[in-house]
Amino acid sequence: MHHNVLNDLWRTAREKPEKLAFSDGVNGLTFGEVCRQSRAIGTFLHQRGIYRRPVVVFMEKSPQEVTAFFGVVAGGCFYVPLDAEMPSGRIQLILDNVKSPLLICDEHTLETARSFQLDGAEAVLYSDLAGLEPDDDALEDIRNRALDTDPIYVVFTSGSTGIPKGVAACHRSVLDYMEQLSEVLGFNEHTVFGSQTPLYFDACLKELYGTIKCGGTTYLIPKSLFSIPVSLVEYLNEHKINTVCWVVSALTMISAFGTFEIVKPEYLRTIAFGSEVFPAKQLRLWRKALPEASFTNLYGPTEGTGMCCYYHVDREFEEGEAIPIGHPFPNREILLLDENGQPAAKGEPGELCIRGTTLTLGYYNDPERTSAAFIQNPLQSAYPEWIYKTGDIGRYNERGELVFVSRKDYQIKHMGHRVELGEVEVNAAMVPGIQMTACIYDGRRSKIVLYYVGGLTEKELTAELKNRLPRYMLPNRILRLERLPQTANGKIDRKALEASYLGAR
Amino acid sequence: MEELLNILNEMHPDVDFATEEHLIDNMILDSLDIVSLIAEISDVFDVTITARDIVPANFNSAKALYALIEKLDNEA
Repeated sequence: MHHNVLNDLWRTAREKPEKLAFSDGVNGLTFGEVCRQSRAIGTFLHQRGIYRRPVVVFMEKSPQEVTAFFGVVAGGCFYVPLDAEMPSGRIQLILDNVKSPLLICDEHTLETARSFQLDGAEAVLYSDLAGLEPDDDALEDIRNRALDTDPIYVVFTSGSTGIPKGVAACHRSVLDYMEQLSEVLGFNEHTVFGSQTPLYFDACLKELYGTIKCGGTTYLIPKSLFSIPVSLVEYLNEHKINTVCWVVSALTMISAFGTFEIVKPEYLRTIAFGSEVFPAKQLRLWRKALPEASFTNLYGPTEGTGMCCYYHVDREFEEGEAIPIGHPFPNREILLLDENGQPAAKGEPGELCIRGTTLTLGYYNDPERTSAAFIQNPLQSAYPEWIYKTGDIGRYNERGELVFVSRKDYQIKHMGHRVELGEVEVNAAMVPGIQMTACIYDGRRSKIVLYYVGGLTEKELTAELKNRLPRYMLPNRILRLERLPQTANGKIDRKALEASYLGAR
Repeated sequence: MEELLNILNEMHPDVDFATEEHLIDNMILDSLDIVSLIAEISDVFDVTITARDIVPANFNSAKALYALIEKLDNEA
């Protein structure tokens, strides 16, 4: 049993150095190149004396960005991926939290990086580091001193207070996750992934670590293609992509508009999806178009390292019927707990809580929010043991499969992204001239609707929000009101807003 | 045309849809916008936009999109 995620990369690079590892369709890096360039990055960190620290990777989605991640780990540090499309206000909040001594950038992001308050941190170009001569002795020493409980990344997710939360995960959790996931989805050296998700979420672990573990290839699909369904399928065919792990909306973008009547994904055999409800009608279209392919629903919060549960679609679903999240992967347990922290009665709903190696290290630099969500297992008090409370309510169906029921709070899944409506509200309320805000979600039409009271026009508020919130959190409708409805005890009445919004439609 | 501009303005109040000609190329509209846009267009104009029509040339400007709607309407 090995205990460092990079062992897979070194092994695969030894076995097949010439094989294409990561590509955007035009530019690619072989395993040999990924290995050498990541060792160059690790060597640079060593020379700068940067060790066991967070290192920001601020690059466009590319094979080089992936290599920078591995390079940071090779140097005994952990990476914090940031994206050029993130609004500057949010990036600054993240930089202030992690206090990284170094930002690895590319030609597109370097100038932006230098516009932030870096507090002494240095911004460097990937291309200036990638050619350095690796210091094998130093890297070997770093590897020997690394523990599998040391962090390898921190990724940021929506926080209801308006401050994003940084989830830190270690080697062991990722190794365990990849072990289970590649077994369940059948990854091997012939696997050709088409990656859809941005690299600043844990969703990309599947492709990145799946590729170095199994010696397959990942194509990082350009984001613009997801707006052009026929071209997207042609891209899948051109690169013989056989495996995708996508958000549901990316899959339905293809099936909903009759793309299959024009072109079908000829090589696609493994389709995993998650993060939101797959409409039964769309799933049926996919299964009809690709009768040989396997379809797997995945479920899991970032705090549980990637995905925790899976369900292989083995039957037809009625319109409106939820596809189960199934069963946990081996070596993790889902506890279904009631309000008193006791196991929910048979068939009754309870909060999904996760136990096992898959738990991440908690929220980076944030003991308060960590201890609120990562708690002692209430089912035993004999020794310290964390569980993570997901805030998701689930239950077992009559077949014994786990089914997602609802959220405990105002967190929603919007087009595959996890969004705290509170974060949208708080950010809107911070705009000068805005007095009150309230957010609701129209799940049927997938729309975040923001109501506000204040002196700005809808147009002005939209422009302000674009500087504060990532695109996926931007309200789809912004509506100005004279006053917000209130409940008897003076709280904002979201139910009334929902009723009036849905009634007006 | 006015109805179409209303739909677009509701989605992105800060964009000048009457003049913008690179809605797709400059990623002003992303895939999620396009999905909801097609749904609204189908409601308001009673035309069906299919995958064949979802190409940048048809979605880069309000003018091009309106021309597509008229074309589909005539064919129907």
